[in-house]
Amino acid sequence: MSITQSFLLAMKNLMLSKMRSLLTMLGIIIGVAAVITIISLGDGMSLYVEEQFESMGSNLIVASVTSQSTARKAEPEDFYQLVDEHPDALAAVSPYVPANAPLKFGTESYYSTSVIGVAETYGKISSAELEEGRYLQYLDVESMNQVCVIGSYVANNIMGGNALGNTLRIGGNTYTVVGVLKEKTGSYQGSEDDSVYIPYTNATRLNRSSMISGYYFSAVDETQMDTAQWLVEQKLYAIYQDEDSYYVMNMAQVLSMMDSVMGMITTILVAIAAISLMVGGIGIMNIMLVTVTERTREIGIRKSLGAKRKDIRTQFIIEAGATSAVGGVIGIALGSAMSGVVGNLLNISAAASVKAIVVAFSVSVAIGVVFGYLPANKAAKLNPIDALRYE
Amino acid sequence: MIRLENVYKIYHMGDTDVHAADGINLHVQKGEFVSIVGQSGSGKSTIMNIIGCLDVPTSGKYYLGGIDVSTMKDDEQSEIRNKMLGFIFQQYNLIPKLNVLENVEVPLMYGGIPKAQRRKRAMEALERVGLAAKYKNLPTQLSGGQQQRVSIARALVGNPSVILADEPTGALDSRTGIEILRFLQQLNQDGNTIILITHDNSIAVKAHRIVRLYDGKIIYDGPSDDPQALVQPYEEEHFSEDVILKGGGKA
Repeated sequence: MSITQSFLLAMKNLMLSKMRSLLTMLGIIIGVAAVITIISLGDGMSLYVEEQFESMGSNLIVASVTSQSTARKAEPEDFYQLVDEHPDALAAVSPYVPANAPLKFGTESYYSTSVIGVAETYGKISSAELEEGRYLQYLDVESMNQVCVIGSYVANNIMGGNALGNTLRIGGNTYTVVGVLKEKTGSYQGSEDDSVYIPYTNATRLNRSSMISGYYFSAVDETQMDTAQWLVEQKLYAIYQDEDSYYVMNMAQVLSMMDSVMGMITTILVAIAAISLMVGGIGIMNIMLVTVTERTREIGIRKSLGAKRKDIRTQFIIEAGATSAVGGVIGIALGSAMSGVVGNLLNISAAASVKAIVVAFSVSVAIGVVFGYLPANKAAKLNPIDALRYE
Repeated sequence: MIRLENVYKIYHMGDTDVHAADGINLHVQKGEFVSIVGQSGSGKSTIMNIIGCLDVPTSGKYYLGGIDVSTMKDDEQSEIRNKMLGFIFQQYNLIPKLNVLENVEVPLMYGGIPKAQRRKRAMEALERVGLAAKYKNLPTQLSGGQQQRVSIARALVGNPSVILADEPTGALDSRTGIEILRFLQQLNQDGNTIILITHDNSIAVKAHRIVRLYDGKIIYDGPSDDPQALVQPYEEEHFSEDVILKGGGKA
């Protein structure tokens, strides 16, 4: 008997008892749907994180100062000088000072909005583009002008559009909006679009501390990343004489770190979901054992008419494989739908990759075949005389 | 065609050995119509299973069409059943999920015959039993006699050397039973070798030759028109039971 015939026969048997087939497949359906959903969301999440970081500029190098020492202190001038000295590696630098004061507009305070003190160079470093108005300028930073550039979320969702020239309050001071940035990351609460940039000189004053904890550099291009990072590290070491007082990361490192963390989480979740696939396989084995007993007489008839052990075994293995394959297909459809819905809720694009679908389908077929083998072998070994007499 | 030489089948039941076949010697020529008759426990099922290659003898030789099949393994027996034997069972033994045509095709399928040819031969076999028009029906949609005819078509379709009919009329009313027996006679006249297994003398006489079994031994082997052929050996328990059960019956 050919594989196609066995398969058609298996499909026929599946259709004959739909409820039972569905219940048999349920474990596989849930398992495959879970795996597909987790992988899709994991991929979507990675993609989202990647986009977030790429939107910050892929040539970015971030230096964070952790030293609380007042004896040795890095000044912005040190780094401006460094950039000037190495124009072939470093393109620009900006201090990066989160302000400890919430944004206030009208009577409302917005705690999710980041208020960040930067220099005029930060626009270029973060590859920000202006929707309207202008970016911060050297003069704003030098004379501590109370002006700000705002992200699209602040402009549209907090200030209700028409933000340019309007004012908002930060830490009791009134700031005039001189520029609105183009949307970068989907414009929602807490994203990069939900930020207000003020001159860093104002931010240090708001914080009542001249401490500048972060510097953002941009390398000339991606090939200069390592050199640029090395230069920044050298400079910091020259100032602090202690490697534990600072750390320097570049975006490529951050991205790969994020990727490996996401990958690990996804793997763990998939492993948990795979347990459901195992249970589904055992369910199939159980039902196949029942089926073999129920169809003992049919097996006897087939053997008396010339079916060999291999024929009977193939028939039942294919039946188990077909059951789990159909379950796999339903699970893939369900998982894709589910990841679509959840992805929408989380505002990330989560679509099942072709690879995930192919793997999920193959695994479900394999489970059917593996767990179907034992019952199929039992059927194949039945003695035709006893099987024919079976009532 | 069939040659049994000194065939024994011994079952171990606890401490005792049961000789279900106790030195059987039997020779059936091509084109014969033989009844194997005996009461339950006489060993006729054992002999049928051995002739049908469903079982192997404990000792002795069985040649089917010149091939020694008495020591074959499971799969080899399957092959022999497929190529050389056609079965007709008391309970028809059709596969309920398959329609009439598909049921008849089953032996050809295991014989590796391509689909188109399978269809054609199965339809021809159905025509021979007069059921070609019902080829799409499921077995449950047919009467008992029709189902038995389908099973005859299935037995014929592979062009077997021997057709084995095991109580083929056992589940049918007497009129339909007679039809089926006539059909078997017809098949025999067409040149098929037929072995009919039954406990019923009135059915056994439809064959030309009767082989009567008793306690695993052949106690009569000869033409069916010999009065000696119909003599049941006297057995107290059996006999008295029969009389009581049948009351003032046909005897």
